[in-house]
Amino acid sequence: MEIDPFIFRLSIFILSIFVGYYVVWSVTPSLHTPLMSVTNAISSVIIVGAIIAALANLDDEVFTLSSLFGYIAITLAAVNIFGGFLVTQRMLAMYKKKKKSK
Amino acid sequence: MISANLSAFFYLISGVLFILALRGLSSPETSRKGNFYGITGMIIAITVTFLSVGNFSNGFFYVIIFLLVGGAIGAFIAFKIPMTAMPELVAGFHSLVGLAAVFVAISAFINPQAFNLGSPGDIKLASLIEMSIGAAVGAITFSGSIIAFLKLQGIMSGAPITFKGQHFLNALILFSIVLLTYLLCVSQSSNLFWILIAISFLIGFLLIIPIGGADMPVVISMLNSYSGWAAAGIGFTLENTALIITGALVGSSGAILSYIMCKGMNRSFFSVILGGFGATEQSSKNTNKEQRPVKSGNADDAAFLMKNASSVIIVPGYGMAVAQAQHALREMVDTLKKNDIKVSYAIHPVAGRMPGHMNVLLAEANVPYDEVFELEEINNDFANADVAFVIGANDVTNPVAKTDPQSPIYGMPVLDVEKCKSVLFVKRSLSPGYAGIDNDLFYKENTLMLFADAKKMTEDITKNL
Repeated sequence: MEIDPFIFRLSIFILSIFVGYYVVWSVTPSLHTPLMSVTNAISSVIIVGAIIAALANLDDEVFTLSSLFGYIAITLAAVNIFGGFLVTQRMLAMYKKKKKSK
Repeated sequence: MISANLSAFFYLISGVLFILALRGLSSPETSRKGNFYGITGMIIAITVTFLSVGNFSNGFFYVIIFLLVGGAIGAFIAFKIPMTAMPELVAGFHSLVGLAAVFVAISAFINPQAFNLGSPGDIKLASLIEMSIGAAVGAITFSGSIIAFLKLQGIMSGAPITFKGQHFLNALILFSIVLLTYLLCVSQSSNLFWILIAISFLIGFLLIIPIGGADMPVVISMLNSYSGWAAAGIGFTLENTALIITGALVGSSGAILSYIMCKGMNRSFFSVILGGFGATEQSSKNTNKEQRPVKSGNADDAAFLMKNASSVIIVPGYGMAVAQAQHALREMVDTLKKNDIKVSYAIHPVAGRMPGHMNVLLAEANVPYDEVFELEEINNDFANADVAFVIGANDVTNPVAKTDPQSPIYGMPVLDVEKCKSVLFVKRSLSPGYAGIDNDLFYKENTLMLFADAKKMTEDITKNL
């Protein structure tokens, strides 16, 4: 009997939870705010679903009810992707080490 | 158009890059590279999606426009937002992820052919369950984050809002969400799907209103976790590895942060979620009302004490963020350092309104991160320090947590500020902190209260140094 592909995806999911668990415990507490903003940005990879939804139709009907939801979702996720990565970048640029000269 | 296998492979690569992005945050040196990995992963995922859909007609043109409009808004916010408003920003961003998840689920429900999930009214059972979970969790994330945002922004009162039968109502709604998902799978009725989303919005709202302002670090972390689980739910629906991996990463990340925050307050996760903290503590506050003597001083006294110290530990809290005092504080520390006084910063895990809030503010004020220490790293140093300068923190310094088993904060890890030779406590009044209890530190022999706005007091001290 063939294994349902769902089982494979479930395996990836469970293993990723464990990877996440160990990786996040290794994050230094002083970077917990950037951690939140970057997880925010990467969870917006949900935009791939939005793009598929938006591009499901052919030329004659670009905007249908379902593609419209896709387009709005693209906009929301894009705010998050750009905003999330850029604000993380801005925060991380501020973390500096003590200057040796003094 | 590229094959499904090839695109799945690229999604896996972007998933791995996202793991590396989080891994980079283990130290500030590697963190910037980590962020770059994250951006690369995102670009790969989006490009591969375009190639695998293979529709470069008018629709593609619109997708790019919507992408750029959203991107421009996001970039604008990212550059304009003040660092003190980080908690609000993160809450706001969570709400967008949640709403995007809901919209993708709706879109997949209306037009399942686009995602190879069957046809309307005849959607594959597994997909329907995954879709419902994604939509429900997404909706809860959205409305919950909106409430968190309003509370943090001060538009809505930070006080817990409770009413009779609240827990019963919440339990009822959660039960009906499960029931509706079951009925939806049986009947495939679109009306049930809409009701499911509507009551999920409602429960997100109801879950967050009873939670008070200082519990926000837990709430934000929790909503962070939810946004991950919503993404994972949609990832299963779309059979997309990048989304599944990311959802799992973000979900566990948020869960760990919630755990750390709860531990920092010595409260169980459930007692935070059930809410109402602060409102119930009125009685203990009133019984302790007898006046106790307090020593108060001015900027001159504080400057004198610090000038004669050889080491100073600074304890910042949410009040510093409110008063925007981080830059003034940094100037004061610069002056102290010129006088060869050793200065370090002590950060309590729950100081501020989100995990790591104080660290970001100090970094913004150009404080080197190797002068900033976590609770466990620095707590033994208080006994050897001459002056502790408490600015905007309160409950996290209260010695009652160690001495009085009756206290609501008993057992919470606190900074041993009282062990310092002298304590300077900048505060506007003697009013109790969030936990609603008096801080014993105010009445200690070696404590000098500085009643003023944190920023103004810090500036005055600098002038007097």
